[in-house]
Amino acid sequence: MRPAPFEYFAPRTVDEALDLLARHGEEAKLLAGGQSLVPMMNMRLARPAVVIDLNRVAALGVARVEAKRLRLGALVRQHALERDAHIAAAAPLLAEAAPLIGHLQTRARGTIGGSLAHADPAAELPACTIALDAVFHLRSARGSRQLPAADFFRGLLATALEPDELLAEIELPGPPAPRTGHGFAEVARRHGDFALAGACAVLSLDAAGVCRDARLVIFGAGDVPHLARAAAGLIGERPDPRRLAEAGRAGADEIDARGDLHATPEYRRRVAAGLAARALGRAATRAEAA
Amino acid sequence: MTARAGPTTHDVTAIVNGVERRARVIPRLLLADLLREEWGLTGTHLGCEHGACGACTVLLDGEPTRACLVFAVQVDGCRVDTVEGLAGDGAGLHPLQEAFRARHALQCGFCTPGILMTLTAYLREHLAPSEAELREALSGNLCRCTGYQHIVQAALDAAAAGRATAPPA
Amino acid sequence: MKFVGDRHLRKEDPRLLTGRGRYVADLTLPGLLHAVILRSPHAHARIRRIDTERARAHPGVVDVVTFADLGPAGRAMPVAPPHPALRGHNFAPLAGDRARFVGEPVAAVAAESRYAAEDAIELIEVEYEPLPSAQTLAPGAPAVHEDVADNLAGRVSLTRGDVEAALRAAPRVASVRLRIGRGGGQPMETRGLVADWNAALEQLTVWASSQVPHQIRQFIVDLLDLAPHQVRVVAPDVGGGFGAKLIVYPEDVLIPFLARRLARPVRWIEDRLEHMLAATQEREQEHEVTVGFDDAGQLLALRDRFVHDTGAYTPRGLVVPLLTASMLTGPYRIPAVESTFESRYTHRVPVTPYRGAGQPQAVFVIERVLDLVARETGRDRAQVRLANLVRAADMPWDTGLPNYRGSGHVVLDSGDLPSVLRRALESAGYEARAAEAAAARAEGRLVGVGVASYVELTGVGPFESARVRVDAAGRITAWSGVTTQGQGLETTLAQVAADELGVTPADVTVITGDTAGVEHGTGSFASRAAVVGGSAVALAARDVHAKTRLLAARALGVAEADLEQAGRAFTDRRRPERRVTFAELARLAGAATAALGVEPGLESTRFFQPTDMTYSSGAHVTLVELDPLSAAVRILGYWISHDSGRLINPLVVEGQLQGAVALGIGSALLEEIAYDETGQLLAGSYMDYLLPTATDVPTMVIDHLETPSPLNPLGLKGVGESGALPVPAVLASAIEDAVGPTGGRVTRMPLGPARLMELLPPVLSGDEGTGRDRAT
Repeated sequence: MRPAPFEYFAPRTVDEALDLLARHGEEAKLLAGGQSLVPMMNMRLARPAVVIDLNRVAALGVARVEAKRLRLGALVRQHALERDAHIAAAAPLLAEAAPLIGHLQTRARGTIGGSLAHADPAAELPACTIALDAVFHLRSARGSRQLPAADFFRGLLATALEPDELLAEIELPGPPAPRTGHGFAEVARRHGDFALAGACAVLSLDAAGVCRDARLVIFGAGDVPHLARAAAGLIGERPDPRRLAEAGRAGADEIDARGDLHATPEYRRRVAAGLAARALGRAATRAEAA
Repeated sequence: MTARAGPTTHDVTAIVNGVERRARVIPRLLLADLLREEWGLTGTHLGCEHGACGACTVLLDGEPTRACLVFAVQVDGCRVDTVEGLAGDGAGLHPLQEAFRARHALQCGFCTPGILMTLTAYLREHLAPSEAELREALSGNLCRCTGYQHIVQAALDAAAAGRATAPPA
Repeated sequence: MKFVGDRHLRKEDPRLLTGRGRYVADLTLPGLLHAVILRSPHAHARIRRIDTERARAHPGVVDVVTFADLGPAGRAMPVAPPHPALRGHNFAPLAGDRARFVGEPVAAVAAESRYAAEDAIELIEVEYEPLPSAQTLAPGAPAVHEDVADNLAGRVSLTRGDVEAALRAAPRVASVRLRIGRGGGQPMETRGLVADWNAALEQLTVWASSQVPHQIRQFIVDLLDLAPHQVRVVAPDVGGGFGAKLIVYPEDVLIPFLARRLARPVRWIEDRLEHMLAATQEREQEHEVTVGFDDAGQLLALRDRFVHDTGAYTPRGLVVPLLTASMLTGPYRIPAVESTFESRYTHRVPVTPYRGAGQPQAVFVIERVLDLVARETGRDRAQVRLANLVRAADMPWDTGLPNYRGSGHVVLDSGDLPSVLRRALESAGYEARAAEAAAARAEGRLVGVGVASYVELTGVGPFESARVRVDAAGRITAWSGVTTQGQGLETTLAQVAADELGVTPADVTVITGDTAGVEHGTGSFASRAAVVGGSAVALAARDVHAKTRLLAARALGVAEADLEQAGRAFTDRRRPERRVTFAELARLAGAATAALGVEPGLESTRFFQPTDMTYSSGAHVTLVELDPLSAAVRILGYWISHDSGRLINPLVVEGQLQGAVALGIGSALLEEIAYDETGQLLAGSYMDYLLPTATDVPTMVIDHLETPSPLNPLGLKGVGESGALPVPAVLASAIEDAVGPTGGRVTRMPLGPARLMELLPPVLSGDEGTGRDRAT
């Protein structure tokens, strides 16, 4: 399996990259870590006439930990989430999910932006960014815009990116506030595989242990990671196991679950419900301790 | 595959196993093919060509990287380390290779170079891995022959030997 | 010093570890062309027209061939072995007027680069007329071959005693339907060949990643009309076989054809997606089993009727279902047996043996039956097995069923099966594990213990050959007709030869898989290489050793009894300064006159023709836990007790067992070849066909017994496939134990997530379960 022919560009700046995108648009694919794109190209399922390699755009590879924000350039490698203590402190949910993204080799080369732009329904990072209420910075030669993560993922492998746009930066809120905890749980057939179902949760408690905010994202079960409306029902309540289990079930029921070779829709929905409860539980425990 | 009339070619210079090498490549040439076909470094093997088996793992700027998912043109200015460079110039084997031999951690040998490169990178960063951690680290390298048990033992041996000979902190 | 039995480190490792292995894809020749194959996208279609003009015109393309270009080579390849019940068909080097499975080769491109060849493939225009395809084993499916009614490739019934009468007389009877799905060997190195036609010398050399170079040579000789001396086939370093490289494929003839046609060397390297489509598969069967037994759990009668999916062609005839049928009784004494199968064609890639070769299915069936009998009689599963196992005193035990070769019955030659099982139970601490599992289940955890016993058919003939030679420099070389794919024969055969010759393994260079090394050979499959290949090496090395002693005695002017050997030299025991080396003896033999009284050369070619197969045995115990939410299986412990006769190299044997168990875990829990209703492969890449990784395979404890085989000079038995045989069965046993009496019964393999979930007991407490009705 070898790719079909293409023209190759390796811009050094974001502006150069945007210029190339503007010129080539639909014919072009952006190359970041290549862990999703190149297999498709080798199998000739993707046949871009132009490949714009972003790996030389240094500006996209910068991670900035600020007092109240974490700003991750799209080309930051996935393994930075595991290795960088500052990022882990700012976004412990990402640090917890990262070791489950593929394998060592995947994370050494794969990028945060690449995973998000690819938008596999069973990928960990899209769900985590939604749970953390991240803001995505999109740029094109026409200008910039920002989108909340929840609005970025439009469908199966489909995002809000226009053909001439690239995802430049992911902005996340900084270190978790006091009394806020995260939780993550997934089920995959083998270590490192895409999730059959997974959940991430961020939960905040008030001084009395009552939930004042909850975000629950279920992924792997449907075509896009799903921000569960059922989480809202936890606000104002104590996060006891029964309520969390109910929220998990309700959240899973909101999803039009998909079936494939690996799991039926019923399987995914059932497991998603349990994992959602588990993620919420872990978030609650951490929130208590925080 | 390399310089011919037709597609635009690109010049690549890389430090491969410590030695500078050059090539003129077409954009779609895979790094694995550059290593194997152009530079005769056939120790890096292609098992799946879609990033699943890890047999083609090399070190790219020190990081374990699937050579089937990188284009040759992308390694210009980079360091590439392959299995051929592990043993150094002498006639002996690298301690990791010795450990593999002692533990019968290879059978057909096809996946072995990729596993050696993954472990070389991993053991550099993780000096005292547990068996479970090692198995996770190896989860991106498929082996059909060994069942992994001897590979894990060899890696544990190599890690222990590494700690034994490491300079005091 | 003796080396057989030694945990000798492998001679082949230094080159493999340093990236100096020579696999087919590593080989290059001046002027090399790269071949890529166009494969049918339809499971069944008439091929009306192929237009190669645009492909030929593509830059870098040298030729494009279709069936029309093959000439006399354009015909079906032979089917072997024959069988009176077989209505066999085989593929041709390219499909002619019809394609019969997705992936069947239709055309080939040879170009200056792999990249150009892949581009050119896309430019070939094929006019297909898609036809309905047979994707089911039920009667009435579209015909795969017009002359085979009902797609019945063969129907065979093996019997012992009167099973119907025995079932009627049995105090208790139970039945179960079992189903096993398709999978494949999936070596890490795909298939491939380099073929080089020297037009001046009219010599063809082929390097093939194959388990059977001698068979490839034979097929090339037949189809390309060459004489055997014109064709050399070599299997270089091969990156695993597991059966995927066991048959002679269309490409094995097609690529040499191209090389000769173009008078340029041609290299074809299969890619993984092609391998998923076109490498042969195995295992798919549907069984209906009925067992008669008594209240003590004694087996009285066993009837198994099964349908076997043989795919679109039968390159190996009825071998796989015959193995399943003939090995059905496994290690157990069953007085009345009937095993009947129908092998049916489907429009899918052909089925030929992969590691286990029909025996994992037989083991799955009989072991499920044993668990069923245990459950029905309320007895412990291990005890029921012990009560029914063939005993050491029963050996040799004639099972009463014809063996798969039709050369006699399946006769278990030797072994102590109850001891093997007891050792596994001891090693695992079976009773303690069972108690722990029960205690865990009482707490709501899904923990279970499983047990399985098996025998494995090994060491098949017809023969293997070996040539051992001492050359004028004193170097010892041993050529064997077997091939290596990782089982360490360069070392183990050297150990055998070294013992016979009184030297060390370092002194013996073993060369396998080269038709120029030995004229006749069979190859590596069916756990035969060390047994049959090793026996031949032993015989040839013995001959050479005898000749060295004879010649040394002559050279030193002493009686043979006065010779002292130290490695590759002999001395006169009484006057040790008088010494003659192997090199000198070889030179002496090289110029042998009539007066010397021996034939020239210090070498011998010998064949070992086993009189029967020899049977290994084993037992596995496992401890598993299922996750109540996802139903995922975690293997907490795995214990193996194993008897493969005398072990040449226990280290190598352990590696074989561990690898085979890993493959078995894959076939039980992860690997499934699935097709849609039109014959399209659904698990077409490693994203969907899941091989076990290091996190899926447990650490195993292995215990060896050695009851030597009486059927070969060294007492050897095969082991290559052993580990794979009982894995689905032992996991099924453990999973059923874990889910308890209210959970489901395991009647099919593999068990993916959804099927596992169906096995869970209906009521799960705790805040994670969602309390669901069990699907029936």
